[in-house]
Amino acid sequence: MTFEQVVVYLISAVMLVSAALVVTMRNPVKAVLSLVLTFFSAASLWITLEAEFLAISLVLVYVGAVMVLFLFVVMMLDINQAELRAGFTNYLPLGGVVAVLMVVEIILVLKGREYSGLQLASEQLRGPGYSNTRELGAIIYTHYIYPFEIVGFVLLVAIVGSIALTFRRRTVSRYQKPSVQIHTTKAERLRVVKMTTQRVDLTTPEEFVPTTPIQTTPTQKAEEEST
Amino acid sequence: MISLNYYLSLGAILFAISVVGIFLNRKNLVVLLMAIELLLLAVNMNFVAFSHYLGQLDGQVFVLFVLAVAAAEAAVGLAILIALFRNRGSINVDDVSDLKG
Repeated sequence: MTFEQVVVYLISAVMLVSAALVVTMRNPVKAVLSLVLTFFSAASLWITLEAEFLAISLVLVYVGAVMVLFLFVVMMLDINQAELRAGFTNYLPLGGVVAVLMVVEIILVLKGREYSGLQLASEQLRGPGYSNTRELGAIIYTHYIYPFEIVGFVLLVAIVGSIALTFRRRTVSRYQKPSVQIHTTKAERLRVVKMTTQRVDLTTPEEFVPTTPIQTTPTQKAEEEST
Repeated sequence: MISLNYYLSLGAILFAISVVGIFLNRKNLVVLLMAIELLLLAVNMNFVAFSHYLGQLDGQVFVLFVLAVAAAEAAVGLAILIALFRNRGSINVDDVSDLKG
């Protein structure tokens, strides 16, 4: 057994054990930490498979961002664990049977074929001048440019969707609404009040003789007639 | 030299473990989401293994896309989880059966 094989077997064992811990842990925080270990082991395995860029992005994107998001959510929520654990083993026999069947089926299929040609292709490892990131970028930005842009759009939709789902408008605080301010019209803000004109005598009645009769509104005229 | 069959079997076992996780934790939404992440990781493992043994990079491009979609799915799933917990005070799957499906 070469050193590389020992390393790969060890990392695989760590990955499978931590994956089993993820689904059986009682405490969700510990489950998330086990998931981090699983992803990290998977990244190590991908490095042995010469997928360096994906291994790094798995650590950065998954361990660095998504798992931290999971940790935040798990720690924020006040979850009653006992209630969620009720009936934990009810579905263990069914799930176990399904899982064992799946593994047995795939291993049976794999036993049938040898992949000898593929075995030969992988014998020559890439030299030190080979850059996985450069090669990957070369085909992503040429041959796969259209799916790449669609993935970018999917991420945009995810951003908008998660903000729209969790955004809560505060009803207590008062704040300006600029759009309402801008779209206001003159009729909403300015009210012209019709006032009745009033005659104020500044001088004595004998001296002041108006040349033209003062215009009076019909209501005022009616009032004068009634008095 | 480690064979392709080894990595494919590893992916299958990882997939089976996460399926068991979905069966076991069918009440806890957080663990369900984590099991889905594990499922996608198992699929990615197969992609990377085939990409290596075929000597072609197309499998790795697909892994990149799967990673991006999985990240989007996790973000939206956790947002739904938070909105659910805010409205119901629980993340039990049994409490969310309003649609009677």
